[in-house]
Amino acid sequence: MIKFNKASSTRSLPPISTASLPDIVFILLFFFMTVTVMKNQNLMVENTLPKATETEKLENQDRIIEIYVGKPVGNSETSLGNEPRIQMDNRLVTVDEVGDYALQALSSMPEHLRNVATVSIKADVGVKMGIIEDLKNKLRVVNLLKINYTTSEGDALDNLNTVN
Amino acid sequence: MKNHRVPQEVNAGSMADIAFLLLIFFLVTTSIENDAGLNRLMPPENNDVIADIKERNLFDISINETDQIMANGEVIELSSLRKNIMAFIDNGGLLVQSEEYCDYCKGERLTDLSEHPTKAIVTIKALRNTSYPVYVSVQNEVMGAYNMLRNRESKRLFNTSFEAINTAYYKEEITEEQRGQLKKRLEIIRALYPQKIIELATINN
Repeated sequence: MIKFNKASSTRSLPPISTASLPDIVFILLFFFMTVTVMKNQNLMVENTLPKATETEKLENQDRIIEIYVGKPVGNSETSLGNEPRIQMDNRLVTVDEVGDYALQALSSMPEHLRNVATVSIKADVGVKMGIIEDLKNKLRVVNLLKINYTTSEGDALDNLNTVN
Repeated sequence: MKNHRVPQEVNAGSMADIAFLLLIFFLVTTSIENDAGLNRLMPPENNDVIADIKERNLFDISINETDQIMANGEVIELSSLRKNIMAFIDNGGLLVQSEEYCDYCKGERLTDLSEHPTKAIVTIKALRNTSYPVYVSVQNEVMGAYNMLRNRESKRLFNTSFEAINTAYYKEEITEEQRGQLKKRLEIIRALYPQKIIELATINN
């Protein structure tokens, strides 16, 4: 038996050790765990952000209220039409409900963060100013005055091409 | 013979599979956040303040339904907007002998543009059918104009760019003393070129 083993190992290649494969995968896993954050919303609207260069980073996710604006996507398109809709708190809301949902999000924040709360408007490139303006007016009514037009990094002149 | 045998190794072959499952789970449930944008502070709901502003201190930007941009009465391209805004803010049109003469302005000191950077106001007006990306681009150009002027003054006074001071200020590892110094610098530059941007309500049409 021993003799047989010796003979075979000299002839064919030894198998490649996969012992370090778990380590490699774990390193990848930890990388993704550190650089990403949990998704808290399922997008129900289109969301391609416009580009801008003079941006400021939105750090500290705990003080941010997100509002998505865009056309409904996927199979909901047939029932929801083609007009841009507002998504807050994982559901589509009407313009009139924005204030209520914003206040609800605000009240779930710790008290010391409430006066630094920022509303991040994540609007799609296909949106017109009308709905944005309505949104801003509703936010003014509930006294949420710090807003952020969330954008992706890139040359602002490219925005003109996405429109035409 | 049996007692001297080394204990059998635990089979670690499935470890990779477990780690892969975890990795895929995290890939699916998380997203890479790259949130950045243009910050704006809206005026409160009921402000009936009427201020007297000279026309030369106002820079009107309007965007129409076909996304054409008009600045101070002229239809212009987006690419030349930043230059125009900078010329307006940095004009420093008051006379040398007047009290509020802008000694750091490098503008052409024309009589129909702003008197002083602290008096200059930029207004942005859009229609309901204006495209949102174009509006954001215009906002970006206005911010860009202010940032370029602030950078210039920051380089002259402190030999670093405004952005560098700003990012250093928000770093956590600096000492209180450094933070205080940076804050002072930020305030000095912000006072030289205060951002006065008004987003006018759109007109129904």
